[in-house]
Amino acid sequence: MSMAEDAVRTEAVRPHHTLWGDAFIRLRRNRLAVIGGILVLLIALAAIFVPIFSPYGFAQQNLDAIREGPSWSHPFGTDELGRDVFTRLFAGARTSLMVGIFTQVIVLAIGLPIGAAAAYAGGRADNLIMRFVDVMYAFPDILLIILIRAILGGSIYMIFLAIGLVAWVSVARLVRGQILSLKQRDFATAAKAMGAPGRYIVWRHLLPNSLGPIIVLVTFGIPRAIFAEAALSYIGIGIKPPTPSWGTMIRDGYDLIFSAPHLVLFPAIALGILMLAFTFLGDGLRDALDPRLRR
Amino acid sequence: MLKYTVRRSFWIIIVLLAVAFITFSLMHLVPGGPWDREKELAPQVVENLNKKYGLDKSFFEQFGNYLWGILHGDLGMSYTYQDRDVTDIILQGLPKTAALGVAAFLLAILIGIPLGMAAALRQNSIIDYISVFFSTLFASIPGFVLGIFLIIIFSVTFHLLPTGGWGSPKQFLMPAFALGALPAAYIARITRASILEVSRQDYIRTARAKGLRERVVMFRHILRNALIPVLTIAGPELAFLISGSFIIETLFSIPGIGRLFVQGVFQRDYGLIMGAILFYAFAIAIVNLIVDLLYAVVDPRIRYE
Repeated sequence: MSMAEDAVRTEAVRPHHTLWGDAFIRLRRNRLAVIGGILVLLIALAAIFVPIFSPYGFAQQNLDAIREGPSWSHPFGTDELGRDVFTRLFAGARTSLMVGIFTQVIVLAIGLPIGAAAAYAGGRADNLIMRFVDVMYAFPDILLIILIRAILGGSIYMIFLAIGLVAWVSVARLVRGQILSLKQRDFATAAKAMGAPGRYIVWRHLLPNSLGPIIVLVTFGIPRAIFAEAALSYIGIGIKPPTPSWGTMIRDGYDLIFSAPHLVLFPAIALGILMLAFTFLGDGLRDALDPRLRR
Repeated sequence: MLKYTVRRSFWIIIVLLAVAFITFSLMHLVPGGPWDREKELAPQVVENLNKKYGLDKSFFEQFGNYLWGILHGDLGMSYTYQDRDVTDIILQGLPKTAALGVAAFLLAILIGIPLGMAAALRQNSIIDYISVFFSTLFASIPGFVLGIFLIIIFSVTFHLLPTGGWGSPKQFLMPAFALGALPAAYIARITRASILEVSRQDYIRTARAKGLRERVVMFRHILRNALIPVLTIAGPELAFLISGSFIIETLFSIPGIGRLFVQGVFQRDYGLIMGAILFYAFAIAIVNLIVDLLYAVVDPRIRYE
């Protein structure tokens, strides 16, 4: 058998690797990322099902059971209005997860086109957009969210929008940088040489190739948005009651911290765990999607 | 270097002008006015108040007046505290916010860098594992959540420290740690990764091969190069720390600028909101400028022209 045939044979035996398949394998080997992913999944499932199957409504008051500590009928106790903390906690998880996901949808809807447009237009338009992004970066972000929230009002959708309107800049900056560097690559030149229009090249070649870093940024954006909402609700200008939010629960429970610390402790732990989970997942995704680590 | 500093400073002024303009425009979009009270004021009173504060003028005239005031160190009047202007209020909050920020930052550096160094020097030892565990944990938990845990442990359970307030060193401990822990953890992670990366470079092998003492290699060759990426993230981290201080101030009832801002939002105190945002933006810009200039000191390859 000749060497050439040998090479062909080993080539055929070698399993087929795609970038995403490779990334998934690497993600699975990362213990912290797996823990993070499982936690996110568990919290999401609990957020969906606990409020459905709980014998108590999240706003249901029982004035005979006020500020009770943990017990069999109320595993996390009850609050100052006799509401079941366990049910409220997972109803609050719904709010937090919704904030995390929908703000990132808004962030992508604004950041992707603007970043792509800046990179592809180049010249003066690019300069103008990026200077505006610089100005946005100069703002203390959470204070700007508070100000925009004051304009938009207190519905939950407006809170998504307020956070999204501030957070899109990092996606725009990333997309622009990615596209500028990918634009120089051979496959982009080839597409251009074959007469593909600019918009087609951006959507078909450049954006899909910069998907990895974008996914990582969005994964890190989720806990930041969740925290922003909790902070807003904590200072009293976030989600309006009766919609449960961990920030509001901490705020309401704080006055009773000496007599009933569980009212603050459980939502604080929940917030910490959810942020930890998303950060672990984001770290894992960053390592997994880094093409330099690809074998 | 000087030319660069001047150019950057000029750019900072333009950015701050833009920040002021955007904030000013946004505030005019906020529904309701500063005179909305539970009990409605008489129209004549509102008119007189508007006149007193110049709110009856056109938008651009108001903005122009505001900028003119800033040039004279006057950030305008507070609408809530009738007898004091915003400059006064901010100057009163500044020492608290600054002390908290500086303490948290020092904590971040003094814990973060040695922790990262210790972990990198004894890679895969028990010290490394403990250091990585804590830095991974604290890098993901916001200071606000950590602050609540601290209060529950040290105030509620053991009655060692007061839950908040300002004035005694005891009241200072928890907020400074809550604010500094996250950047400390982050800096420790970057320091560790960076030292491990630098240690594998050829010039480190050369340094060892020519018989330099280990301490010289460590400090002059490894650490100096490893700190450049640490500096890169120190800037944004510090900015994050500055804007995150408002919620720590609120949690621990510290009468700093952040807490004043929160009160200003509730009372629609435009003057105070504007002043606080400008103050934070200014602080962040200055911090970033300092970090950029420090680059040139740490890394002689960087020359600003």
